[in-house]
Amino acid sequence: MKHHLISAADLTRDDAVMVLDTAQELARLADRPIKKLPTLRGRTVVNLFFEDSTRTRISFEAAAKRLSADVINFSAKGSSVSKGESLKDTALTLEAMGADAVVIRHHDSGAPHRLATSGWIGGSVVNAGDGTHEHPTQALLDAFTLRHRLAGSGDGVGRDLTGRHITIVGDILHSRVARSNVLLLTTLGAEVTVVAPPTLIPIGSEGWPCSVSYDLDAVLPKTDAVMMLRVQRERMTAAYFPTEREYARRYGLNGERMATMPEHAVVLHPGPMNRGMEITAEVADSPRCTAVEQVTNGVSVRMAVLYLLLGGAPAGPAPSAAPATATAPTATAPTATAPGAAGEAEENQ
Amino acid sequence: MTEAKTLIRGARVLGGEERDVLVENGVIAAVGTALDAGDARVVEAAGQILLPGLVDLHTHLREPGREDSETVLTGTRAAAAGGFTAVHAMANTFPVADTAGVVEQVWRLGRESGYCDVQPVGAVTVGLEGTKLAELGAMHDSAAGVRVFSDDGKCVDDAVIMRRALEYVKAFDGVIAQHAQEPRLTEGAQMNEGTVSAELGLTGWPAVAEESIIARDVLLAAHVGSRIHICHLSTAGSVEIVRWAKAKGWDVTAEVTPHHLLLTDELVRSYDPVYKVNPPLRTEEDVLALRQALADGTIDCVATDHAPHPQEDKDCEWGAAAMGMVGLETALSVVQHTMVDTGLLDWAGVADRMSHRPAAIGRLEGHGRPLEVGEPANLTLVDPAHRQPVDPAGFASRSRNTPYRGRELPGRVTHTFLRGRATLVDGELA
Repeated sequence: MKHHLISAADLTRDDAVMVLDTAQELARLADRPIKKLPTLRGRTVVNLFFEDSTRTRISFEAAAKRLSADVINFSAKGSSVSKGESLKDTALTLEAMGADAVVIRHHDSGAPHRLATSGWIGGSVVNAGDGTHEHPTQALLDAFTLRHRLAGSGDGVGRDLTGRHITIVGDILHSRVARSNVLLLTTLGAEVTVVAPPTLIPIGSEGWPCSVSYDLDAVLPKTDAVMMLRVQRERMTAAYFPTEREYARRYGLNGERMATMPEHAVVLHPGPMNRGMEITAEVADSPRCTAVEQVTNGVSVRMAVLYLLLGGAPAGPAPSAAPATATAPTATAPTATAPGAAGEAEENQ
Repeated sequence: MTEAKTLIRGARVLGGEERDVLVENGVIAAVGTALDAGDARVVEAAGQILLPGLVDLHTHLREPGREDSETVLTGTRAAAAGGFTAVHAMANTFPVADTAGVVEQVWRLGRESGYCDVQPVGAVTVGLEGTKLAELGAMHDSAAGVRVFSDDGKCVDDAVIMRRALEYVKAFDGVIAQHAQEPRLTEGAQMNEGTVSAELGLTGWPAVAEESIIARDVLLAAHVGSRIHICHLSTAGSVEIVRWAKAKGWDVTAEVTPHHLLLTDELVRSYDPVYKVNPPLRTEEDVLALRQALADGTIDCVATDHAPHPQEDKDCEWGAAAMGMVGLETALSVVQHTMVDTGLLDWAGVADRMSHRPAAIGRLEGHGRPLEVGEPANLTLVDPAHRQPVDPAGFASRSRNTPYRGRELPGRVTHTFLRGRATLVDGELA
């Protein structure tokens, strides 16, 4: 894997499967009374959030803490050149504090890329959602959930999503979740269709590795999984669609529509849900909906990402602040089984 | 400033035959072969191209108000270094150049600088707000003698205001230079709308937002019998509209920036704000159409849209960055690279597109003249064989926001003469 995770395009098929397999291994930890591994002890992970997102932040925080990393939460909402400290000065500050990884959420597309390529910091950069660009760990947790649910027999380890039909419905134009998922799910062999009113399909997306449809009902019967994106009500005021009710009628998932899907098909939602808008309560609360499971999987997947980016020897040009002894020898073995072994050691202490 | 009598020896005049050109008392005193230098300072110019001093219709000098990014002095030094002898200073200063007082201030600062003539552009509307006509007549009647009016940076989007402005300036042979950008279609726009914006998740600036305004405005100009100039035309579709309007015989002129002749939106993949500019970098197809249009005269001239910004306004995330690029010191090199070295334009063509035509559009006296005896000695000497990577550290401009850092470009302006006085000697400001 690369030194940073900025885009789902950074991941090869093998990288992605490795993340999912590692996450699967780490997920077992959740069943234990002490949910902690010493793997990243002495390493510092900064959650740098320029945009409110309690869900994503606490998911990354839980992931880092379960790997024993020191976690610093840096909320810099509203920070920009015009109002307060610049991204550059924030980055230099974090570098001076010895951040080994910076998990960044930013309202501007490209801010994580800028952080990773500007030379301001030496640590790994993990994109936790940038503007309307990408949200790669969300795509990874969606893929993890899909693999688990659609794997059939066994736990899916080592496998991808070859041949699966995944449909992503909603505000594709403004969705970083959609962009990352189109890239990642196709990398994993799935056939992706995006469905939205034409106003919410980006101009210039013709070359994306997916099909585009304006007709949800036509797509659902051939779908193994449908991902319902949150549609912000304010889009209506910009005339992307006429009314909430019309949107729900044409593109919302209700029980009737869900029934047209194959029996094994599942419903994903990245949350937070707009019940009554893109998804009805009946669907949201049905056993086919994986929204809650996705949250659980999010922690495992983010643990896997942090583990794979930081788990080895101190990565990148930045001098690690961690004393040599704090980097447990087990942390240098990047195999999927290593965390389990390390977990035993931690629990016995 | 170096004094009066100079013999430029063996320069290829407009890229043609080698000639000696004697400059005396601010005018071209003689053109010939084996001219006697006498007591004149001799500039050995073998292999170099002699052009009329370049004229820029579109320069942001930032003074008054943003002297941290550029001043009239530093901007005109940059202009001289780039081979320019006259620049049109855009009106979006602080305060806006929408009164006789401000345009006269800029005009006076230009005269004091001495590096190149500064012709202020007046705002079309008060405060560039698009709602109330500025005192266009007062600006024209002032010492600055304004003929070109523009709300550049903003579009005069109200059709009635635009119509009135086009009509009103007919009284003194003025021209409205329109920044064509339909505001509603470009709210929050960050880059060209297309394949790259879809992938990068940056809000698109669609070509139609430029083209629809140009289409409306050429129709308006035709209707009221006025002339109109289109600023920084950037799309293949805009070229088609201007071509159509010219074929109708309407008095429409257009400019293209050097960066739109060379760079495409693929560069935005770096998210490096040095590529953030308005109008945005477009596609390869647009770039090729713009070059063709400049070659065939559909686009009349090259204008730099030199837009200096301090480092902190570019050393940040894309969305927070300012739009614009400096261009005075690299313009001729980019034009050589994209137009001359590709065979689309010869040096006489460069003289036409970078000096004669812009001077004619601005009704600028003493610039863009033929290189003949008796004409003002506004001259630029360029060594076309020279190649070097662009090093912004060497810029005369106060700002460094060039998209060409490290890129090897051909051609080097060695000398610039403003009415016979050397403002640039061997690549060094005089």
